[in-house]
Amino acid sequence: MNENEIKQLELKSKHVRRLIIDEIGKLGVGHIGGCLSPVEALVVLYYKVMNIDPKNPDMEGRDRFVLSKGHAGPALYAVLADKGYFDISMLDTLNRPETNLPSHCDMLKTRGIDMTTGSLGQGISCAVGMAKASKILKDNAYIYCMIGDGESQEGQVWEAAMAAAHFKLDNLIAFTDYNKLQIDGTVDEVMSLLNVEEKWKAFGWNVYSVDGHDINEIYNALLKSKETKGKPSMIILNTIKGKGVSFIENMGAGNHNTKISNEQRIAALKELE
Amino acid sequence: MYENVEVRQVFCNTLDKMMSENPKIVVLDADLAKANGTLSLRNKYADRAFDMGVAEQNMAGVAAGMAAYGFIPFIGSFTAFAARRICDQIAISITYAKRNVKIIGSDPGVSAELNGGTHMSMEDIGVLRSIPGIVIFEAADAVELEKALYQIVSYDGPVYIRLFRKVAPVIYNENYDFNLFKADVLKEGKDVTLLASGIMVNEALKACEILKEEGIMAEVINVHTIKPLDKETILNSVRKTGAVVTCENHNVIGGLKSAVAELLIEECPVYLKSVGVLDHFGEVAPMDYLMKKYNMTPENIVSAAKEAIKKGR
Ligand SMILES: Cc1ncc(C[n+]2csc(CCOP(=O)(O)OP(=O)(O)O)c2C)c(N)n1
Repeated sequence: MNENEIKQLELKSKHVRRLIIDEIGKLGVGHIGGCLSPVEALVVLYYKVMNIDPKNPDMEGRDRFVLSKGHAGPALYAVLADKGYFDISMLDTLNRPETNLPSHCDMLKTRGIDMTTGSLGQGISCAVGMAKASKILKDNAYIYCMIGDGESQEGQVWEAAMAAAHFKLDNLIAFTDYNKLQIDGTVDEVMSLLNVEEKWKAFGWNVYSVDGHDINEIYNALLKSKETKGKPSMIILNTIKGKGVSFIENMGAGNHNTKISNEQRIAALKELE
Repeated sequence: MYENVEVRQVFCNTLDKMMSENPKIVVLDADLAKANGTLSLRNKYADRAFDMGVAEQNMAGVAAGMAAYGFIPFIGSFTAFAARRICDQIAISITYAKRNVKIIGSDPGVSAELNGGTHMSMEDIGVLRSIPGIVIFEAADAVELEKALYQIVSYDGPVYIRLFRKVAPVIYNENYDFNLFKADVLKEGKDVTLLASGIMVNEALKACEILKEEGIMAEVINVHTIKPLDKETILNSVRKTGAVVTCENHNVIGGLKSAVAELLIEECPVYLKSVGVLDHFGEVAPMDYLMKKYNMTPENIVSAAKEAIKKGR
């Protein structure tokens, strides 16, 4: 990726963060921390890497994305709206009665959402299923998935890890949003994952560890993952929960699902100018 | 006594009191200690209150193991994950093995509000009720929860506690003579029996007032323990009134309606109407919005009561 392209995607990331702040801020409450941490990865996927068509969200052979940490739905909605999957004004309906943008991803409600998630640990198994199906059909699709580090405590994540390696699903590329925080505290306080990188390697995956806020590092890891044959890839994104807005970053684990006042929303938008 | 106090605060304070008296009580959470109000216990009981991470199935199994060692574990999550997610561990390691584990499921039914469909379990009672030997309890307010917790700890066996964790309307005062295995007759009446549980008890009481203005005397019974069902209290009432309405914050399949219908069809067949979730998933919205949308208001209970009386004649 050239300098100019990197710059563009950095600006896009900032724009997406603004959309997220507005979306959750106008409602006044939401999973703000975990929505802000994975933004660069979503931007690289949706604006550079994935084979998708916002005008034809059900296109055959398209690449798919499963947001296994489904509570970050509002981050993905911001990207999908900006890509034109639905009108940008729909973001103002987030989590209101009768909305098509619920707190957790719902494939029956939202155009562009490839899988319903929200019960942690389940999405990555569904991504394994999609990757297996794509192999049978030989449609050359890539299946992308994102899990949380807290989510990685679910046993099901490791059942999925085992199956993906067993079936040699090199069309499956997953991310861990390694922001080191969950609800009750830091991941290390709550239930340590010890060495995440070594765990995924031990499960037979091709593993990269990158700065999750560095567009170029994410992109290069994705390119190498796509070239890897015979095994699935895990890209560990070293991120900051609440990235981009200092008062949200400073809340630590308190930023998981929090109230945000109108003044805070305006201050956050200012910081993201 | 607990006006404007969150139920989870009373839950935590009661656990604190019980833990200080009983060294066998341990509290395990699955990254929802903050949500369920139990996080502060860790400051005082570092070795007996701890997190298991987002790993509910393991938490249930670990609790069963600790129970086999003589401990009394409380394990907590949202209902969706405390019942649905760990159903098999509850069935085998906890209930089949008769281990003394207390399972806390918070945010039942519509009270999951903005967490939406994935978190809004309408089926937890139904899922667990068909497991032999488990006790299923749901408090109508904080006072009842507090009294129940002491009896639940004294009772040796698995108990599922459906926990509304926010501020609940006050129904009982401290003189309430609570019995875990006895349904509580809140209002006596001769025309229709309203059987309610959890947040629907207050709605049934409001319905009772409306009915009274129209000259209909409703008997309101708080069926706080859905399993085992207090057959005697329910049959005594229904034999008197001849008409029943069940009111529950749960799918009408598998929960209170089903439990009552199973009893009445054998012992005292009468016309039964139900107020509850009509076999669909939940969605994001505030609780009052959903209760209106799902026809779970006092007015809905009133209509159901009138219909039950009319058809019963
Ligand atoms: C099975 C399950 N258990 C519990 C929850 C409640 N919950 C929602 S988010 C969350 C913490 C997730 O932490 P992490 O995966 O690190 O997400 P992030 O910090 O990136 O937001 C929990 C426990 C859930 N959604 N699903």
